[in-house]
Amino acid sequence: MIDNWPILSIITFLPLAGVLSLLLIRGDERSIAQNSRYVALWVSSFTFLVSLPILIGFDSTLTGYHFEEKAVWLAGTGIGYHMGVDGISMPFVLLSTFLTPLAILASWQAITVRVREYMIAFLVLETMMVGMFVSLDMLMFYLFFEAVLIPMFLIIGIWGGPRRVYAAFKFFLYTLLGSVLMLVCMLAIYIDAGTTDIPVLAGHRFSESMQTWLFLGFLASFAVKVPMWPLHTWLPDAHVEAPTAGSMILAGVLLKMGGYGFLRFSLPMFPMASEYFAPLIFTLSIIAVIYTSLVALAQSDMKKMIAYSSVAHMGFVTIGIFTLTEQGIAGAMFQMISHGLVSAALFFCVGVVYDRLHTRDISAYGGVATVMPRYAVFFMFMMLASVGLPGTSGFVGEMLVLVGAWHVSSWVAFFTATGLVLGATYMLWLYRRVMFGAIVNDAVKNMEPMQMREFTIFLPLSFLVLLFGVYPMALLDVMAVSIQFVLDGLSANGLSVLAQN
Amino acid sequence: MYSLIVFLPLLGAVIAGFLSLYNRDRAAEIVTVSGLLLSLLFSIIAFANVAIGGVPETVVVARWISSGTFIADWSLRFDALTAVMLIVVTGVSSMVHIYSIGYMSHDNARARFMAYLSLFTFAMLMLVTADNLVQMFFGWEGVGVASYLLIGFWYKKEPAHTAAMKAFVVNRVGDFGFALGILAVYALFGSVQFDDIFAQSSVIAATEMNFLGYRLPALEVAGILLFIGAMGKSAQLGLHTWLPDAMEGPTPVSALIHAATMVTAGVFMICRLSPMLEFAPLALDVITVIGALTAIFAATVGMTQFDIKRVIAYSTCSQLGYMFFAAGVSAYPAAMFHLTTHAFFKALLFLGAGSVIHAMSDEQDLRNMGGIWKKVPVTYAMMWIGSLALAGFPFFAGYYSKDMILEAAYAANSGVGNMAFWLGCLAAFLTAFYSWRLLIMAFHGAPRASAEVMAHVHESPRVMTLPLLVLAIGAVFAGWLGYEMFVGKDMAQFWGASIFILPNNTAMVDAHHVPTWVKLLPIVLATSGVALAALFYGYWTSMPARIAAAFRPIHQLFYNKWYFDEIYDAVFVRPAVRLGAYLWQRGDRDTIDGFGPDGMSALVYRLSGFCSRVQTGFVFHYAFAMLIGVVVLVSWYYLRFKGA
Repeated sequence: MIDNWPILSIITFLPLAGVLSLLLIRGDERSIAQNSRYVALWVSSFTFLVSLPILIGFDSTLTGYHFEEKAVWLAGTGIGYHMGVDGISMPFVLLSTFLTPLAILASWQAITVRVREYMIAFLVLETMMVGMFVSLDMLMFYLFFEAVLIPMFLIIGIWGGPRRVYAAFKFFLYTLLGSVLMLVCMLAIYIDAGTTDIPVLAGHRFSESMQTWLFLGFLASFAVKVPMWPLHTWLPDAHVEAPTAGSMILAGVLLKMGGYGFLRFSLPMFPMASEYFAPLIFTLSIIAVIYTSLVALAQSDMKKMIAYSSVAHMGFVTIGIFTLTEQGIAGAMFQMISHGLVSAALFFCVGVVYDRLHTRDISAYGGVATVMPRYAVFFMFMMLASVGLPGTSGFVGEMLVLVGAWHVSSWVAFFTATGLVLGATYMLWLYRRVMFGAIVNDAVKNMEPMQMREFTIFLPLSFLVLLFGVYPMALLDVMAVSIQFVLDGLSANGLSVLAQN
Repeated sequence: MYSLIVFLPLLGAVIAGFLSLYNRDRAAEIVTVSGLLLSLLFSIIAFANVAIGGVPETVVVARWISSGTFIADWSLRFDALTAVMLIVVTGVSSMVHIYSIGYMSHDNARARFMAYLSLFTFAMLMLVTADNLVQMFFGWEGVGVASYLLIGFWYKKEPAHTAAMKAFVVNRVGDFGFALGILAVYALFGSVQFDDIFAQSSVIAATEMNFLGYRLPALEVAGILLFIGAMGKSAQLGLHTWLPDAMEGPTPVSALIHAATMVTAGVFMICRLSPMLEFAPLALDVITVIGALTAIFAATVGMTQFDIKRVIAYSTCSQLGYMFFAAGVSAYPAAMFHLTTHAFFKALLFLGAGSVIHAMSDEQDLRNMGGIWKKVPVTYAMMWIGSLALAGFPFFAGYYSKDMILEAAYAANSGVGNMAFWLGCLAAFLTAFYSWRLLIMAFHGAPRASAEVMAHVHESPRVMTLPLLVLAIGAVFAGWLGYEMFVGKDMAQFWGASIFILPNNTAMVDAHHVPTWVKLLPIVLATSGVALAALFYGYWTSMPARIAAAFRPIHQLFYNKWYFDEIYDAVFVRPAVRLGAYLWQRGDRDTIDGFGPDGMSALVYRLSGFCSRVQTGFVFHYAFAMLIGVVVLVSWYYLRFKGA
């Protein structure tokens, strides 16, 4: 019965229905705020529940797209309404629907002004994120991909910190400049292929020179999103100024749009160019891993440090994807999901202490473990997951990426693996300075212990990080067939040397 | 039932972890100790079945990671090598658990402590039962984390959390090698499963691989990369700097993790990989050299230190060197034998030292001890037994195992073997010297502590001395009991397929037929070491200071641990932080943002400023501009077409 429902459209547009009901709330300012929080929380939680059937009903043995929906949109133009998920996009849909209620819960007390507008922004953001991952039409994808920007821009620019306007514009400009080039490329694709249907385009053969230009155009957009070095400088600023929940979604989902784009467009549609430009990607990614890890060492702002660590971790992702091997791509996918959970949790860790002390300056802390022992457990766990401890989700992705990288060249693996050492250094140093030692700042002594609400956010995140660490097959099984499909496409284009593994 | 050995400690750790949130210390102690004792019981059964009965077994628990042909399972391998480690790990761990009840009785986070101890034990058991390299890596990093948590247990103390972080990061450097080693092995064998690796090693031996631009013998590369991991975990020369600092942790931790079990993981790994490393002679030579150098290096440092725990820590480092060079000359059984006996007597020494520290009101400096032997007779006797075993006096455990190693090194009859033999003999002399230096300084002579401290000196409670007794029994009898099984005539049958030695690597067999002087030399050296220590610290007490003054540069070098920390700090740590700051300020801010968004927006701002300034609103400005324009246009037109 459920098979016939347009479930992906429901998941996508359900949050918008929530927006409508938010608009209907009446009353004095306090009750509007409180009701908005609850409405947003319930709507997003319900959306998560509704998204579960695509996990349960997902037959990971079948290639192709599941839960497909097709409708005529612009008849006769080759542009249509087309949705569907495969093993690559399905985990991201769930990641988005899973993180949104947690992010809303994380803003419960931190956001006190314009609460309704804030919640609207978050629900719109959810629609756009989910829509982007389920779109199988290039035009739809583009619309969602770009529209994600708007609510995030508002979240940073209105509810952010002191330099929020600078950060919001930097964020907006970078991403917009990249996507303008992508739009041009999409027009070229449409003219060449006569359709915007992604599965059809994946089978379309573009000429070699065209692939080169299209690849570079898409790269401009995706590299900003990932972000790849040297297009990463918007990220630390955006994170530092964004409210906690904004950072959680930004790091948790928005950074994955680039990696997803590479897998959805670059590899299937421009296989030759992907292989041709792989060394460039490796170089930039290795620089990202080492450079941003070193920069993270020098930070005195907690959020900035975690933001830089995100760049380093996403470096693993781009390396994994462009190894064009099964392990590399699976590792990259795994790393994206894992980073989505871990970095969201880490940004929330910062948010928890920020809500109490109203500073992100590391030196203002020290000895927090004494006053907040339970928080210390979660922070420690997420810190260890971030450094890729085996048994947490962080390990599996990094290990598989390294396996793929060694397949390409021992140099790539060697430099990538330095991230293991550097990552441990800055994360442990951060933890040590914030959590350990004697309490020097009197304000730390008066920090409240963890609330039930905060506990509720940490618990599911920790559970999944542990689950994916101990039983990663839960995720690897889902992705395997779709990754193999991408690889088959590559070898069909004569790239058998790399794809064989 | 076998999987219970591994998972009971985990269960104990989880329960104790929850109990720690509610400060139920006593309950946590009961849960973890009983978990460990059960695990020990099952380990003994497993040892009887697997090692003595000769029935290896593998328990597959679940699939862990699988992507393409890269497959790693959760799977527990029980063979003779594992069985020996099971006894060592659960044996020492359960004694340390019990001892901790007494030692930590004044601490208010005992439940957390017990949870960490059990967590460590679980990780260590995962390591020794691993059936593939990736699971071994899981245990490997798991014990690293447990060690990090336990070194930093007193997290409010600055030195404790500094040492904890140092231990983790230095180990990560080793793990970097381990991880690359796993990748190399997978690239070569197409599998990380031990059985697959061992089955193909003889075939792969001839292959070369491209590593960082060089074509190198593949197995040598993989072997050395994995050995780098072992160097980190087992504190071998170069990656040893974390171990002495790790003594900031509570003493039971030093006994369990930094003496008996975790630090021997590297030795275990090398022995586990014997079927592969036998085909990598160069890697084995590297192991021998590093092991021999560590043995002598650590001994030289150990004899100059004053912190009672650091002396023993350097001693551990040195003894691990012995085990490595034994493995390096293909005498894996001897290495495992020493690993086992060492676990007992070194844990005994550490727990004995803990008992001394406990008695002396947390004093660790040997210079502030002395004259207490009558007040702590049991501890004193235990320290004697431990030292006799460590120095290798006849019929104590170390006598059998250490002599076996030296004899094997001699019998290897190779350049590196001889080097290891002579350095090992010299280190044996130094070992005896620093052991009795410690004994005499700690227990004999005039009391150097304050009267108040001396008034408090007391023997430890029975919950602490009882584990000491158990370990002492091991330190006395383990060598005698294990000799025939581990390295004697039952050797081949005992180890079965778990250790592989190429037929032409005969060090292990020839070790039994070395000249008499080789057998006697270590005892003679040990005795003279003791005599010299007795002379220097018992009778002629001004002598050490005079010698130190006379050979000041050398003494300073030893005392400052060969300046490794200073060099690493200057070469790696500070430059990394400075480079980070530089890249951030000059790279991100000045260059990328300067030419990127900030530069662009400044440019746009200036341009638009210029454009708006042009529009002044005065008619005569515009008229003047028009006039200039007309003049330019006319002149251009004139010049352009006049010539035509």
